Amino acid sequence: MLEFILDLLFVLLKIFAILLPLLLGVAYLTYAERKLIGYMQVRLGPNRVGPKGWLQPIADALKLMMKEIVIPTNADKFLFVIAPMLAIAPSLAAWAVVPFDEGLVLSNIDASLLYVLAMTSLGVYGIIVAGWASNSKYAFLGAMRSAAQIVSYEIAMGFALVGVLMAASSINLHDIVMQQSGGIWHWYWMPLFPLFLVYFISGIAETNRAPFDVAEGESEIVAGFHIEYSGMTFAVFFLAEYANIILISVLTALMFMGGWLSPFQGIPWFEDTFLAKSSIIWFLSKAAFFAFCFLWFRATFPRYRYDQIMRLGWKVFIPITIIWILVLGAVIAARVSYVTLGVWTVGIVAAYLLLNKIATRAGT
Amino acid sequence: MARTLKTTFHSLFMIELLKGMRLTGRYLFSKKFTIQYPEQKTPLSPRFRGLHAQRRYPNGEERCIACKLCEAVCPALAITIDVAEREDGSRRTTRYDIDLFKCIFCGFCEEACPVDAIVETRHFEYHFEECGEQIMTKDKLLATGDRLEAQIAADRAADAPYR
Repeated sequence: MLEFILDLLFVLLKIFAILLPLLLGVAYLTYAERKLIGYMQVRLGPNRVGPKGWLQPIADALKLMMKEIVIPTNADKFLFVIAPMLAIAPSLAAWAVVPFDEGLVLSNIDASLLYVLAMTSLGVYGIIVAGWASNSKYAFLGAMRSAAQIVSYEIAMGFALVGVLMAASSINLHDIVMQQSGGIWHWYWMPLFPLFLVYFISGIAETNRAPFDVAEGESEIVAGFHIEYSGMTFAVFFLAEYANIILISVLTALMFMGGWLSPFQGIPWFEDTFLAKSSIIWFLSKAAFFAFCFLWFRATFPRYRYDQIMRLGWKVFIPITIIWILVLGAVIAARVSYVTLGVWTVGIVAAYLLLNKIATRAGT
Repeated sequence: MARTLKTTFHSLFMIELLKGMRLTGRYLFSKKFTIQYPEQKTPLSPRFRGLHAQRRYPNGEERCIACKLCEAVCPALAITIDVAEREDGSRRTTRYDIDLFKCIFCGFCEEACPVDAIVETRHFEYHFEECGEQIMTKDKLLATGDRLEAQIAADRAADAPYR
């Protein structure tokens, strides 16, 4: 009995060890976003609260906690209050199976990739329930948009992951990373380059981020599904969105960028230096890079029109993933190594970009 | 056919998107335009139209002769003037109120004034804490004028060649 309680406490401790840095990361991702978008728009961003504005997220959190939670008349009170929790629970639960380093994972279950897919899909219920319970037309429109969008992109995302599990012949995230060991050209982003792009872009669409943020769509439906939420209930939606961003970045790093593996692995010159050592630092910097890309995209691209989003999901991404799964199947059947496929794929893309550059240079 | 293929590849390889990202990426490192307001300030023109003031002649006599031209020209009807004869027989205002909530800071009063009595200063950082404080009475206007006379005179002098 005592042993059981001790085990339980130990698991709880581990959960805290994951969630506390995660929530801190979420808070500072909002700060990074405001600062980065500000810089890209040639202004400074928040810099008043604390040195260089470092305390801004804490001030924001305090403000949101102090504010009143307004429940609209005729709203379904129970669903209205439970919707933010439905949104945040899956995005935090998915972290249970994320491996941070070799052997450093809360629960190393066999089908962790499936578990992650299931959890990220569940996030849409929070949004739909929020839209429904708010008793507001804007909220409902936002929820409908978001639901249709997430369902569409789920398919492309799932297909992209089919490619990963074919290549790794495993659906355990830890194994998938270990299969990629052996330097940057062994990581799956090279042989699965189209799937890598499709996965990351679908991830942006799944988290309802710009340029796919029609569910919020300030210009036409004000704030979408969370228009009626205020104070802490709104803050929880906010947390869920940013936790999802970090989750997608982390998953992309794990499945396509070799997780905690060092890019210098297997290069003779670096073999004995600290650079070739795989560690959690590599993992975190890769995830940070993808999170940076989320913010970069938001600062760069205008919002898609709704029908364009649907077209991109159904008529571009799904065909690309299916074609690439066929190619991958052929490569596996012909026993060609992934490195060869990767070099060819990335080589063709690089050659096209280079040729295009030369052509435009010559044209102007 | 070749054209369709070309545009397809163009969008498939996300050339335009990469170009956009290169642009924002470049702006990330460019010099920022932000002016940190309370510490830094933008330069002001001598013609800046801020808080109103009434001026005096160097001998201390108020300039205003109660001609009511400003009251007549004011498009927002923000100026109210009452007139009476002073003991020495000169025509003076007994009341000169500008309601700053009505005022649109167009500067017509300043232009209409034949004796440069009512002017708008560079001063624009002021606030009201209670209702009624927004009425700039004659006393307040003269006090502002006394306080900022050096600046007002310098601004009029700088703008004089163009008037």
